[in-house]
Amino acid sequence: MITSKLKLSGADIFFECLKREKVEIIFGYPGGAVLKLYEKLYDVDFLKHILVRHEQGATHMAEGYAKATGKVGVVLVTSGPGATNTVTGIADAYMDSVPIVIFTGQVPTHLIGNDAFQEADIVGITRPITKHNFLVRDVNELASTIKKAFYIASTGRPGPVLVDLPKDVINSVCEFDYPEKIEMRGYKPTFLGHQNQIKKAADIIKKAKRPLLYVGGGVIMSNGYRELRLFAKENNLPVTMTLQGLGAFPMTDGQSLGMLGMHGTYWANQAVNNCDVLVSLGARFDDRVTGKVDSFAPNAYKIHVDIDPTCIDKNVIVDLPIVGDVKHVLAELAAEFEEAPDLAQWWNEINQWREECPLHYEKNDGKLRTEYIIEKLSEKTKGEAVVITDVGQHQMWVSQYYKFTNPRSHLTSGGLGTMGFSLPASIGAAFGIKDRPIISISGDGGFQMNIQELVTVAFYKLPIKIIIINNSFLGMVRQWQELFHAEKYSFTDLSESNPNFVKVGEAFGIKSFSTNTPANVDSILDEAFAYNDGPVLIEFKVVKEDMVFPIIPAGQTVKEIMTKRLDPKEMV
Amino acid sequence: MKHTIAVLVENQYGAFNRVATMFSGKGFNIHSISIGETEVPEVSRMTIVTEGEDKIIEQVVKQLNRLIDTIKVIDLTGQTRVERELALITVFYQKGTRAEITNICEIFRGNIVDINNKTLTLEITGPPDKIDAVVNVLEPYGIKEMARSGTVALKRGEQLKHDKKETVV
Ligand SMILES: Cc1ncc(C[n+]2csc(CCOP(=O)(O)OP(=O)(O)O)c2C)c(N)n1
Ligand SMILES: [Mg+2]
Repeated sequence: MITSKLKLSGADIFFECLKREKVEIIFGYPGGAVLKLYEKLYDVDFLKHILVRHEQGATHMAEGYAKATGKVGVVLVTSGPGATNTVTGIADAYMDSVPIVIFTGQVPTHLIGNDAFQEADIVGITRPITKHNFLVRDVNELASTIKKAFYIASTGRPGPVLVDLPKDVINSVCEFDYPEKIEMRGYKPTFLGHQNQIKKAADIIKKAKRPLLYVGGGVIMSNGYRELRLFAKENNLPVTMTLQGLGAFPMTDGQSLGMLGMHGTYWANQAVNNCDVLVSLGARFDDRVTGKVDSFAPNAYKIHVDIDPTCIDKNVIVDLPIVGDVKHVLAELAAEFEEAPDLAQWWNEINQWREECPLHYEKNDGKLRTEYIIEKLSEKTKGEAVVITDVGQHQMWVSQYYKFTNPRSHLTSGGLGTMGFSLPASIGAAFGIKDRPIISISGDGGFQMNIQELVTVAFYKLPIKIIIINNSFLGMVRQWQELFHAEKYSFTDLSESNPNFVKVGEAFGIKSFSTNTPANVDSILDEAFAYNDGPVLIEFKVVKEDMVFPIIPAGQTVKEIMTKRLDPKEMV
Repeated sequence: MKHTIAVLVENQYGAFNRVATMFSGKGFNIHSISIGETEVPEVSRMTIVTEGEDKIIEQVVKQLNRLIDTIKVIDLTGQTRVERELALITVFYQKGTRAEITNICEIFRGNIVDINNKTLTLEITGPPDKIDAVVNVLEPYGIKEMARSGTVALKRGEQLKHDKKETVV
């Protein structure tokens, strides 16, 4: 390692900093403004550079890597169009609190503001969608800025940080000095949670007759899932999870109620509606979870644990806020309990709801359905794969039917709902996780949004099982058109325009399968999982016009829950 | 209700933009915003006058705190404080009204800082409601142009024991 006080170029400093941050992999694409960095990269041996095919892909890969491993994902792109192509991925990471650092090239400082070739004010553009961003104007500030960027991205509530690097800064020389520690008086991210508040919360939960844990992605990000499991198991507490929280608690466990919210289970939503104490752990009362805010957990005393104070009282006013790291708070909370409360009565009710309206789908008409495929996948991988979904109906079916048993295993674009997320994010996950299967699941629509990254999968021979759920429709939009927009199927039918997915896969050199029969699912999946010479692609041609149930229409309550398609005969 | 919020931010490229972007992004309104140096060169002080229900103001304060460049956020509303604003107002005068306007200016302890054959320019400082009053009185004469600085505010000093200096930040 290079010792301090050496004179180095900006480009050398850049890589020295990455080395100190223990960066193992970067996802990038070269261009004029970062040529000097790529020149150095040619001889760098401590990290791997993955050449993507579109900069949006790079950001989702960094996200997938970060979500699956808990490490910071790193992106390197050029100025102008390279930078603007990252915007969707950055917004996605911002909404789902994913720690990534994006390095963008920039025109030389003296040309900034001149409409120079490939200039874009990326710092201005990304200000509202980054946790923080920097324009480095002086090479002397480069090292400390990179240090800050990684620190900000990975601490507190994580998020994306962008660092804009003008060409002349990269080319100039200065003494290299990497700060060991960083002090920012405006940023103090560690909170332990107020002792008295925690005690008070414990007293209230102990007295509750119908307590419910409402678990979000924060539990996974803070690595608090062990604490959650202990706390929930020892006290026999029911657990419901958000889309981002799935896997924080094993869904195979009887105490898991599955997901809550718009497409959550009937019993989870009933439990929310009837609980007397709701303990929100690293969740943010998103509108897809709450539906109509005033009727959300209407009888419950609400406790809200979150590291981000702005999340508290933002959507729902709570009774007891605890600002703190959820892992730490959970441990403290658990320590307050001596004996498990008697919740037999409450569990009786919950189990009744479970029986009253289980998840169900048609199994007897010989047609292929997504639910069946996901159930099979869940069985075959024992709920232990890393499953990366796209956005749409298939995403909701995965959240309902795949029984996640581990944290950092369900990667999906929840906050922004970005179609095209799955394929590149699964690439990032595949680089980070080597000991579990990686399954990318997309719809026929979303798959085409970052289809170019098939090259990346093929070139690096990544062992990803790429699954396309082809219902020949922008299914989720079709569903809303059927339910809420007078059955005007406006521009959602893809059956005339979809490509031949098997030929697409093969064109990229990927072993590809297709089927439309339930009877073939088993054998194809077995063959795909047995194949260990790189990626495989499977197209499942499923029923065209199925809908995801249950659904609580946007802004409504569990009373309005729809559990099945209305039979036209019943409608008259 | 109107709130006056003081924000100490790192005197750094983009810090002001970040605050402004946050306000527009979250849909918070800004009545006035002013920014300037403080006794510490690396720190700037912004004074923001905003309006909203308590729940909104609570979010405003939290969101301001959340910005990395923000060092301290103080909601001065309800605290004893000194608030001042500066206004430059150019007013049309006619033969008979010049003395009247000069008189008004005196009543409000302002200064006449410019004059030509048709207009007078008044400089008025004071709490924002005083400026509003001046504007009201001058309106009938015809205001040609006006520039208001936005409010700046400081908490009123408490008696310091001996001469310990309060260290900022
Ligand atoms: C980039 C982007 N554009 C548009 C949408 C709106 N949208 C949400 S779901 C959906 C349909 C997705 O269709 P498909 O990928 O085939 O998945 P399916 O719902 O059929 O499973 C659309 C268009 C979106 N979420 N993201
Ligand atoms: Mg589809």
